[in-house]
Amino acid sequence: MAAAAAGRPWVLRAASIAFVLGLWEWGGTVPVSIAFPKCSETLVAFGGMIADGTFAGAYAETAGPLIVGVALTGVGGVLAGLVMGLSPRTEWLGLPVFIVLQASPSAAIVPLITYIYGIGFAAKVFAVVLLSAPVIVLNSYRGIANTPRSLLEMSDAFLASRWKRIWKIVIPAGSGLIFAGLRLGLAQGFTGAVLAELLITPTGVGDLITFYRSVADYPRMFASILSIIVVASVSVTLLQRLELRLFRPEMRPA
Amino acid sequence: MTNRTSPTSEPTMSDGVRDPGGPAVRVVDLAKVFAGGVRALDGVTFDIPRGELTSIIGPSGCGKTTTLKIIAGLVDATSGLVEVDGTPVTEPGPDRAFVFQDFALMPWATVLRNAAFGLELRGVPRKEREETAREYVVKVGLAGFEDAYPHQLSGGMRQRVGLARALAVDAEILLMDEPFASVDEQIRRKFQEDLLRLLSEENKTVIFVTHSIEEAVYVSDQIVIMTRAPSQVSKVVRPGVDRSGGSDHIRRSPAYLDWVERIWAELQGYLET
Amino acid sequence: MELRGYRVPMAFSLLVWFALWEVIGRLELVSLIPPFTDVLLAFREVVPTADFVEAATITLQAFVIGMALSFVLGFGVGFAMGRNRAVGSLMGMWVNIFESSPLTAIVPALMALLGFGLPTMIATVFLFSVWVIALDTQVGVERVSSSLVEMARSFGASKRALYFQILLRAALPELLAGIRLGLIRGMKGVVIGQLLIAVVGVGYLFELYSRSFLMPQFWALLIVLFTFAFLASEAVAYFERKVSFYASSR
Repeated sequence: MAAAAAGRPWVLRAASIAFVLGLWEWGGTVPVSIAFPKCSETLVAFGGMIADGTFAGAYAETAGPLIVGVALTGVGGVLAGLVMGLSPRTEWLGLPVFIVLQASPSAAIVPLITYIYGIGFAAKVFAVVLLSAPVIVLNSYRGIANTPRSLLEMSDAFLASRWKRIWKIVIPAGSGLIFAGLRLGLAQGFTGAVLAELLITPTGVGDLITFYRSVADYPRMFASILSIIVVASVSVTLLQRLELRLFRPEMRPA
Repeated sequence: MTNRTSPTSEPTMSDGVRDPGGPAVRVVDLAKVFAGGVRALDGVTFDIPRGELTSIIGPSGCGKTTTLKIIAGLVDATSGLVEVDGTPVTEPGPDRAFVFQDFALMPWATVLRNAAFGLELRGVPRKEREETAREYVVKVGLAGFEDAYPHQLSGGMRQRVGLARALAVDAEILLMDEPFASVDEQIRRKFQEDLLRLLSEENKTVIFVTHSIEEAVYVSDQIVIMTRAPSQVSKVVRPGVDRSGGSDHIRRSPAYLDWVERIWAELQGYLET
Repeated sequence: MELRGYRVPMAFSLLVWFALWEVIGRLELVSLIPPFTDVLLAFREVVPTADFVEAATITLQAFVIGMALSFVLGFGVGFAMGRNRAVGSLMGMWVNIFESSPLTAIVPALMALLGFGLPTMIATVFLFSVWVIALDTQVGVERVSSSLVEMARSFGASKRALYFQILLRAALPELLAGIRLGLIRGMKGVVIGQLLIAVVGVGYLFELYSRSFLMPQFWALLIVLFTFAFLASEAVAYFERKVSFYASSR
């Protein structure tokens, strides 16, 4: 039965969603905890928060630092990755820093941010940059540094100058990985934005979560959490679709 | 293919003067030690006559490709000398074009752009270079595939793009590194014939690395047989198979079969067991 | 990079950064950045304290238990997804959503459900790390060449032998990548969880040090944490490199 449905992904997906939501509903009915609302209650709260403009206001606040932060890191990070991929000295100096940052719980630095940037917009931008930079830089670096040898040799054999080789071979060959880095950076940026809103000052979605928890309105709190997961997933998925369209896998170097 | 020059068995030092009657390429006492101490080449010497097709054949891992890449200027020799038209080779030049074993096509570019890429790098205006490339794409038998991408082509067709790219830059010397290694047997035979036909129109000097004895005998005017690494030249032979009777005739001719046997006998001694 | 013909290992560039840090600290350019040597001295102050030992213990405890849960469930779900297409498409959607979503937002809900103690931290570690482990396991199992599986079958391998002798080993490169990424995410999870809970573990210490403006102590703790995370991921990466040696000819 499941095998037959595998041919129709929409059926399977809908069934999967229904199953998980059903499980949630059942968990809320038991109830697992007084702080665990039923699925239906949460969805009603979700609808209400869309209708009364709560979400619109909150996401208008959250979007600012997120977009500015990811845009800054997108430009700066890709440039840093390019330079590191092309220049061995910069690679030597910079790469270990980003490898360490990538592997470490750099969120621990967030409590310090307020000392430099206060509790406003800039602090949140910094949190977004802090979390999204390593993956963007490292992906760009890898895209540039791992240009297939045979293409490099080919450009040599056909007398490419250094700049033509970078422009016509190295960057096109790396562009898929660079874009994937931007997508992963956006996902990290969401984490950074939410963390800043929960930890530094309650604004936007972080404020909704904190506020409804403090007044024990659990359906609305869960609806807020659900909303940020949905928004993040949808935007990352859209970026992934765009990526597949722009850099089709078969047009990437192996 | 014409046999205008006879091979010189003993290399003589170059006098540095360009001599259109002399060999197109001279390889003198070439040695290559890779980082890590692997000795690939140990005193390789041979001449490539102008306007002919010379194959380099030998057991796998004997440094055939390394030799070709040193001639191309893609790899530096540890010692020894490669001269093209009397000038020592230190880097790739416009007088040589390379056909790669793994095709080395840009997956994001169309057949036409790939074929025109050598000209693009030389700064030839778009219209002009696409015209030239289009001509060669048709010549290698890919008419109608100009706007296709490499992933839409079979291995044999991809290599035809690689060949078109190399021909489009109009270099005197064509360096082909096991061009048919990733192409299946039937396509390979067709491709060999097309190659010979094309070359007879283009009048190029071709150096052709292969591990197939049949292929070497079939396509070559001259065959350089190399020993196991650290390699030297075992023998230089000129099969001179009569090609007048068409491919089926050649492959059945006693001279062809005889040469295949003789080269096999020569190579057998160097095979690893 | 090469210096007078000697290759200088890349990790040495960190020394350059530490030197720069020292200079910035000595010049008192930024109040938040004390000289690096002061940070090193603060190690001796921070590490032996009862606060630190307690924080480290509870953090490690949460980390180890959470990771153990992640490995068991992540490998299990990943194997099922890789071996069975229906399970793969049924679970794949959820795994992909949670793998790339800001799970930080869930922590407040966990606090409401599970309180401010160990269970919340364990749940955070688990939720941060399990998805990537499942995903990499699935990829690894799917990439095992079907001829290898058919070979095992045709030589009469039992199901058990198929899993342990063939699938587990052939998928090892991806499994190790999953373990490494899972460990990294788990570390991030435990720290983020504790920062948000704010009353336990290293998260509490970070809050305390930054609120009391004990900068050398803050940075010392951060270096301890970063070093631990880096060494843990490098240890797995070491095995990954060893495995990739034979995996290259799969």
